[in-house]
Amino acid sequence: MSSGFHLVVCGSLVPDPLQTLEPVTGPAGPALKNEMMLPSVLDPWAGHALYEAAHLAESAPDSKVWLVSLGPKARLQQLMMSIAQKVPFELVALDGSAGGFTDPTEVAAVLANAVQGIAGLERDRLLLFGGCASASRDAGATMQMVGERLGITEQFLAVDELTVECDGSLKVLERIEGAQYQISVCAGPPAVLAWATGNLPEPPNNPQVGMVNMRSVMPALQRAQPAPVAAEGVKFLDVTVPRQQRDTRIVRDMPVDEIARELVDWIRG
Amino acid sequence: METVLYLTHTESDGSLGKPALEALSAALQLAQELDGAPPLTIGLIGGEVQAAADALAGCGAGRFMGVAGAELAVSRYSSDAAAAAALVEAAQPTLVVAAATSRFSRALPGVCQRVGGRIDTQVTELQVVDTEPRIERWYYRQRMAATLTRSQRPWFLLLAGGAFPAWEGEAGTAEVEAVPVDMPETRTRVVGTQSASADAHTIRPEADLLFVAGAGWTKKQVDGQPHVTEAEQCIREFVDAAQASLGSSKSLVDQGGEGQQVLSFMSHLHQVGQTGTTPRHRKGLATCCHGEEPHVVGWRFITERRAINLDAGCGWGQGKADVLYVADAFDVMTKVNELLGES
Repeated sequence: MSSGFHLVVCGSLVPDPLQTLEPVTGPAGPALKNEMMLPSVLDPWAGHALYEAAHLAESAPDSKVWLVSLGPKARLQQLMMSIAQKVPFELVALDGSAGGFTDPTEVAAVLANAVQGIAGLERDRLLLFGGCASASRDAGATMQMVGERLGITEQFLAVDELTVECDGSLKVLERIEGAQYQISVCAGPPAVLAWATGNLPEPPNNPQVGMVNMRSVMPALQRAQPAPVAAEGVKFLDVTVPRQQRDTRIVRDMPVDEIARELVDWIRG
Repeated sequence: METVLYLTHTESDGSLGKPALEALSAALQLAQELDGAPPLTIGLIGGEVQAAADALAGCGAGRFMGVAGAELAVSRYSSDAAAAAALVEAAQPTLVVAAATSRFSRALPGVCQRVGGRIDTQVTELQVVDTEPRIERWYYRQRMAATLTRSQRPWFLLLAGGAFPAWEGEAGTAEVEAVPVDMPETRTRVVGTQSASADAHTIRPEADLLFVAGAGWTKKQVDGQPHVTEAEQCIREFVDAAQASLGSSKSLVDQGGEGQQVLSFMSHLHQVGQTGTTPRHRKGLATCCHGEEPHVVGWRFITERRAINLDAGCGWGQGKADVLYVADAFDVMTKVNELLGES
């Protein structure tokens, strides 16, 4: 029997964090102004999950990584131009909204279906990875629901470290309150790990990896099934960007001693 | 008719944490405002729950239910989800209110899935308008807020910390109904906890002041050289003297992965902003930060904000801070440390 892992990473695109986001209300509910035109990036925490998965696959022979990604097909294709050069994976594309105003329950349903539909995926080798929350919906709920739908009850949230022990068990460090980690040991797959930042930097682009990945990415995009997700039953009454314009007092040419004194008074006040 | 279940778990010493008490006050208010709703039901989970129930005895809840046992003395998905699902099945609520602790953030979405409900997280406000419960929650990492309501039930609400006042009231003796649970076989063993780093005590969620260090601390200074060791010393001295919590911009934390010189005590756990935490300290002092929007969102809930930056045109000068000192943070913080040391 193989000792490798089957690593399925759920992750999609979010607007580039440097973009200005403005909500608009359309017939289907709230959305972002010019959403389809906004430059996008791989969701940061999902990205960490992908890099951790690739790193684990590299160290455990006979492992394989799938990236299950829900988003508009055309935008997924753009995203893959950069992501596919980072680490080896096989794409499972789902053609639907990647917007923040969708419901995690609906998203979890289509993701779970996609995972179940992966040919050759072995449940007793399955590690389901994703971000601990997205930078769009920011619910922090989707991975647990996908896990539940797949009947996986060993779940970990806000993971920063995973170590495979000599006996095959998984040592997991999860972020908890007070800048602490909870240390748990899971007997082995299947398990859900929703990652925080992990420990790995973003891998550099590797054109060779990109060429190999793109052989499967383009067919996967062509095969992408429509995956309509919305927020059935939710009535959005208002979506606003908080206006917190402050009347900033800009202090120039004040001697350092005076600034320090003013700050100390403020800190103690 | 709406019925509200407040779910909470005990801390390792059997007490209830501040987030739990904040969520309780919100749940009590919600149950009170919902026309015709019965008094709040409280569901407790923990190794032992009687002491926690007694601490809440004076809150006016109509019913106390509990699931206790050695398996629940620790935070673990499978056991927590089984316990919470049992409480929800027993109470049959339409609304479930809980604090977004790490334990419940992990377990309750799965419970919601198990019982066929819907969940909203990041909730910062609860309202009742014409018998309709409404919530405010944030999207795109604190960049926009939405007010919404839902038709599906049960509706789980995970409340953000620091958004509601903590409940205070008389303790007493509560009669806790023990709810039976078939604990699933678990393959996970909780071993313990550890600090994120040797200097993790620089993260102090209860501190009055948040001190955020930006990437400028590690850049070349006026003499053309970086002074990372001095920067470390200056920051540590200040954080200890002022008992402030230390935060960092993403760019400073990321430098570690990029092979640049870094502040040794900084980890991703210090990071505030779009891909970090959203702290709720009363005061915030930013130093050497560029003030781009992804960073600024981490300051959304800081009430009083000041910044030190050499660039008067930085993001903090654009109406986001109350005061922007255009000065060298090295010089200013060194002097601040001197003054704090004198007192």
